[in-house]
Amino acid sequence: MLELFLTFLKIGAVSFGGGYGMISLLKEEVISHGWLTESQLLNFIGVSESTPGPIAINMATFVGSSQYGIWGALLATLGVVLPAFVIMLVVASLISGLLKFAGVKSFLNGVRPVVIGLIVATAITMFLSVILSFESIGSEVFFDYKALIIFAVVATCGILYKHFTKKALSPIILILISAVMGLIFYGLL
Amino acid sequence: MKKFKIILSLFWTMFKIGLFTFGGGYAMIAIIERELVEKKEWLTHDEFMDVVAIAESSPGPLAINSSTFIGYKLAGVLGSIFATLAVCIPSFVIIFVISLFFDAFIQIEWVGYAFQGIRACVAYLILSAGIKMFKHLKKNFFNLALFVAAGIVMILFTIFSVNFSSIFYVLIGGGIGLVVYLIGLIVKRDKSKDATEKGGNE
Repeated sequence: MLELFLTFLKIGAVSFGGGYGMISLLKEEVISHGWLTESQLLNFIGVSESTPGPIAINMATFVGSSQYGIWGALLATLGVVLPAFVIMLVVASLISGLLKFAGVKSFLNGVRPVVIGLIVATAITMFLSVILSFESIGSEVFFDYKALIIFAVVATCGILYKHFTKKALSPIILILISAVMGLIFYGLL
Repeated sequence: MKKFKIILSLFWTMFKIGLFTFGGGYAMIAIIERELVEKKEWLTHDEFMDVVAIAESSPGPLAINSSTFIGYKLAGVLGSIFATLAVCIPSFVIIFVISLFFDAFIQIEWVGYAFQGIRACVAYLILSAGIKMFKHLKKNFFNLALFVAAGIVMILFTIFSVNFSSIFYVLIGGGIGLVVYLIGLIVKRDKSKDATEKGGNE
């Protein structure tokens, strides 16, 4: 259980760039500890996107609870929240603008593009694993054209909606669309 | 007594934000701004932008960062504790309840089919979040090089199952940022030194 707390403390301390920034690290940790499989994780990200609250809290609560019940959930959530809480407390009490320190600023300048690169890379490897069941060299490749169609439809909806309304379509709606398509494609066809 | 009232109101507002923000991170910014800047006027717009900048470049979820900051600003350490707690409680309770039934739930055949569809959607959601962030990134050589390098290295490592923690990517990126800054400083100093020497000779 200590391991759970420490792992989420670590995730909380180094996940820059909000929710999606932590997914690559979270995936690594959760899978290497054997807490969840990749497909469980993907299922849960879907749930997390359609329930309120930050994905970090959702993930920590879920993984903690799946391992050690309510105490696990509390500890993992505490772990993921604590670093952000402490750092913000320090920043807020210093107020003078930590960002104005050139050193801090230049460190963060380097972190930002890397995090975005990691997010995009995570999306690409996830895409490969969903469409081709491809995870690493040597794994058997199976082309799932239904998943590719669902991906294409969801992407088209998202892009068209954005194009015409200038607003991002809520992830909940996209998830609902994909769930219905999943039911039709895998269940009925 | 007045402080108690502020904390209570803070707790309630943050609880609502925690309860009604779906989709995490960036979806939250709009709601937090409407509640705290426009409705409650607890923060000015500039202060709010500072919070977002700090939150984005410091670790942890944006909701936690901003609630801690705002709580501290309004009612000190106690305020920050209550604000942070309030924003966490809704999702904690909801997810905890879901987690109790999740395995049974996912084993229903039809639910499995729906989730197979959802997975494709999740890959898209992550990709679009990455693209959105990329659009906000200044497109200079430094940023693009780090972005491309981190992306390619991570994809290759994943494909060849090399174990390399994301923490190292972040630290290396930060380190490169620092080094580039220091080199820039030295170059600048040399130039200004040259300039003053030349000025002295003439």
